[in-house]
Amino acid sequence: MNITPDLMILLPELILAVGAMALLLAGAIGGEKTASAIAFAAILLLVLSGAAVVMGGQGSAFHGAFVADGFSRFAKILILIGAALSILLAEEFFSTIALSRFELPVLMLLATLGMMLMVSATSFLSLYMGLELQSLALYVLAAFNRDHLRSTEAGLKYFVLGALSSGMMLYGISLIYGFTGSVTFTTVASVIANTHVGIGIIFGIVFLVAGLAFKVSAVPFHMWTPDVYEGAPTPVTAYFATAAKVAALCLFLRAMLSPFPDAIAQWRQIIIFISVLSMALGAVAALGQKNIKRLMAYSSIGHMGYALLGLAAGTALGARGVLIYLTIYVATNIGVFACIQAMRRGGKSVETISDLSGLARTNPQLALVFSMLFLSLAGLPPLAGFFAKFYIFLAAIQAHLIWPAVLGVLASAIGLVYYLRLVKIMYFDEPAPGFDRDMGLGSRAIMILSGAFALLFIFAASPIITAADAAAKALLP
Amino acid sequence: MTGLPLLSLVTFVPLLGAAAILALPNAQAARWIALGTTIVTFIISLMVWAAFDTHNPGFQLVEKLNWLGGGISYHMGVDGISMLFVVLTAGLMPFCIAASWDSIENRVPEYMIAFLVLETMMIGVFCALDLVLFYVLFEGGLIPMFLIIGIWGGKRRVYASFKFFLYTFVGSVLMLLAIMSMYWYAGTTDIAQLLSSTHFPPAMQTWLWLAFFASFAVKMPMWPVHTWLPDAHVEAPTAGSVILAGILLKMGGYGFLRFSLPMFPSATEMFAPLVFTLSIVAIIYTSLVALAQEDMKKLIAYSSVAHMGFVTMGIFTLTHQGVEGGIFQMLSHGVVSGALFLCVGVVYDRMHTREIAAYGGLVNRMPVYAACFMVFTLANVGLPGTGGFVGEFLTMLGGYLRNSWLAIFSATGVILSAAYALFLYRRIIFGALVKPALKTIQDLNAREIAILAPLVAITILMGVYPTPVFNVTTPAVAKLIHDNQASLAMDHAGNRVALQKVAP
Repeated sequence: MNITPDLMILLPELILAVGAMALLLAGAIGGEKTASAIAFAAILLLVLSGAAVVMGGQGSAFHGAFVADGFSRFAKILILIGAALSILLAEEFFSTIALSRFELPVLMLLATLGMMLMVSATSFLSLYMGLELQSLALYVLAAFNRDHLRSTEAGLKYFVLGALSSGMMLYGISLIYGFTGSVTFTTVASVIANTHVGIGIIFGIVFLVAGLAFKVSAVPFHMWTPDVYEGAPTPVTAYFATAAKVAALCLFLRAMLSPFPDAIAQWRQIIIFISVLSMALGAVAALGQKNIKRLMAYSSIGHMGYALLGLAAGTALGARGVLIYLTIYVATNIGVFACIQAMRRGGKSVETISDLSGLARTNPQLALVFSMLFLSLAGLPPLAGFFAKFYIFLAAIQAHLIWPAVLGVLASAIGLVYYLRLVKIMYFDEPAPGFDRDMGLGSRAIMILSGAFALLFIFAASPIITAADAAAKALLP
Repeated sequence: MTGLPLLSLVTFVPLLGAAAILALPNAQAARWIALGTTIVTFIISLMVWAAFDTHNPGFQLVEKLNWLGGGISYHMGVDGISMLFVVLTAGLMPFCIAASWDSIENRVPEYMIAFLVLETMMIGVFCALDLVLFYVLFEGGLIPMFLIIGIWGGKRRVYASFKFFLYTFVGSVLMLLAIMSMYWYAGTTDIAQLLSSTHFPPAMQTWLWLAFFASFAVKMPMWPVHTWLPDAHVEAPTAGSVILAGILLKMGGYGFLRFSLPMFPSATEMFAPLVFTLSIVAIIYTSLVALAQEDMKKLIAYSSVAHMGFVTMGIFTLTHQGVEGGIFQMLSHGVVSGALFLCVGVVYDRMHTREIAAYGGLVNRMPVYAACFMVFTLANVGLPGTGGFVGEFLTMLGGYLRNSWLAIFSATGVILSAAYALFLYRRIIFGALVKPALKTIQDLNAREIAILAPLVAITILMGVYPTPVFNVTTPAVAKLIHDNQASLAMDHAGNRVALQKVAP
């Protein structure tokens, strides 16, 4: 059997896998002083892999377990961008606190590899493999600041709950396999199309959804998110909030729409339920937060709720909405975390919201970008975040999900309060002592690019929308 | 005809000014750049008026570019309904900048940027011929206004700015969903196309009308969702109040004219009694509330709500007189209420209080001020010969044609407005100058005279020679009413067909 065509399709993943191993060896030989060189080599690998994604061929490999299509390409580019920028942030973060370790970029590479497998998986087995590769690396990353109580607690909590959810998902997969006789998405779909949707399959779907909802931190499986976001080192949180969310949500899309298009009536209600609950909880629970990273955790729970509404639509338009949403979400969130990373006073990171008081007077540029990004997350026009929500609700209305959409916009009005509160604190309140002005070049660039994206998206929306449209059509022809 | 894209220019020139200030953040430079930009914008808006063909009832100076794709485009154009609002917005802006010249001392560049961004959004709202573009600009104005109230406002500015933002935002999000369902029904969000060739089924109209109403009624503001307005006015800096009363409130009325009346005729007919009731309550109740106010700005704010009651009443009568009167009332109120807030700003800058009781006998030391204030007070009352009279008279005439009780109730509002406005004037201007703090108060300086004198002239001109305004609005209003009646007839015919089908 000739394996070369299959491997060519897998080229971007191979670059990451082989590269990560090589960097691990180099780090083990060279020791800690190579940490920063390894970080930049890792970014280079991600860029290479991205080039391979863009240029590489499309097609299915390994007997329908893996596919490279327009959808996976779109998702992978987002994941790679999120990962590369997070490594850049991490490099600056750990070199300022003198805890540079070469394992960090290597672990991030491995997690990214897992994510790329996730979005390309077309069988439950490859899905699970990718997911676990990602999760195991993320558990370690969450606890990376190992002398720090919060960080180790975050890692442990994430691990225990993550293992539980993986177990649930495996149970669901085994039920689906038992009742359809296959783990390949297309075969499952055709079996379901030819028979009716039995109770066993429904049970399987429910467990599968529960496991996936955990990964995207949707209510009621969101409990781990605030603790992990708060405890993990800031650049790792940025990685959780960007690349990991993209991977989990794109996996969610494919794992629902590809094997179960004929069971949509059954799973749609569950998705609507968790989507509306996530939007509501994200908006309400964020109101009382004092720690900016916890606030971002609730914000991300809310955002996943909006994105899931696109999945609930169950159409190519819905998938397009999710992809546009994720693009804008990644671009905005990475900027927010670059800003959070800049919140340092006397060499120490500060994380409470009141530390931002009067930032507009002590550091106008940072305040401008920060508040623009928050208002974009709130979904206010003319900023990018508005268009993210716009395309989600557009798809929901088209699928006649009127009430979820109404609840969604009302939740966004509640959510607006806490974003506005942040702007109020930065602009209206009396200034607190200023932050250190030694922001690194990398995070400064990320901040400016992200702010520019939020502000100028309105003028350049068309290409992104077209690309997302093509990607969504690849998933749902 | 020039080949220039005039509407894009008038919309985006302020944004260029804002970018210039961002590049050159210096207080004095920011003031001059802002003033220059707003004056240039005003001149361009006059060019729009000059290029406008008053005989053409359709959209003119149209520009169309691809934007988001899928039937959502960058489409700009004005007709007789929207064009004068563009001129009004651009015209009020230089006064706002001039009024903030000395009274704003902190963070001047940011202040000017916020105003210029706001100007772009407001002018864009009146020019937009695409629902999504309209919505983006309609909501986009909230952020700068939030900052203007919250940073440069009075003591309770945080409360006022949040209340302003949340009221208007909650109203608008439902409109967004309505826009989306219109998109899926019609396949486009192009306003011109929706007006000319789309007819929504009556059952759908009801929901769409309510969603749009939620947004515009808050913006207008109509009783009982007007409570954000007094708070916002009281806390906002003078120029912020001028913009709020002069322009932002007009977006609600403009929205009714642009969307509710022509696109949802059956729903408009069905809900007209509701609107009339709310309008009458607004006219009488808020006038009474205004009588009891101790704060000058609050009094004028309540009077604005009452005047907007005339506007909604006039618009929903669907008569030529009522609709034209409503438009005229919005334009004249834009000038008059803006000028009244500027007058309050003049004494506030001197005394730093808005308490009516802190003043009295100002005529003794400020005769020029007293004269200007007199003109605006009388225009606010609706005295013949001022701009305020024409609009109020026409809306009441329209109300009378529809239902004589409407005219009777709204006429009470005229009496009440005379009562509260003249009462305010008496307490501030007349009487003996006994308050020790007022003994040294100075009359208007040259800058303030330069601000108020043109507004006095415009107010009187609008009262004695309103023809240029009606030349612009009449054809468009005639078309609006004709379209409304035609599609209403279609709805009725459709209902009859449906009834015949049901009948055996």
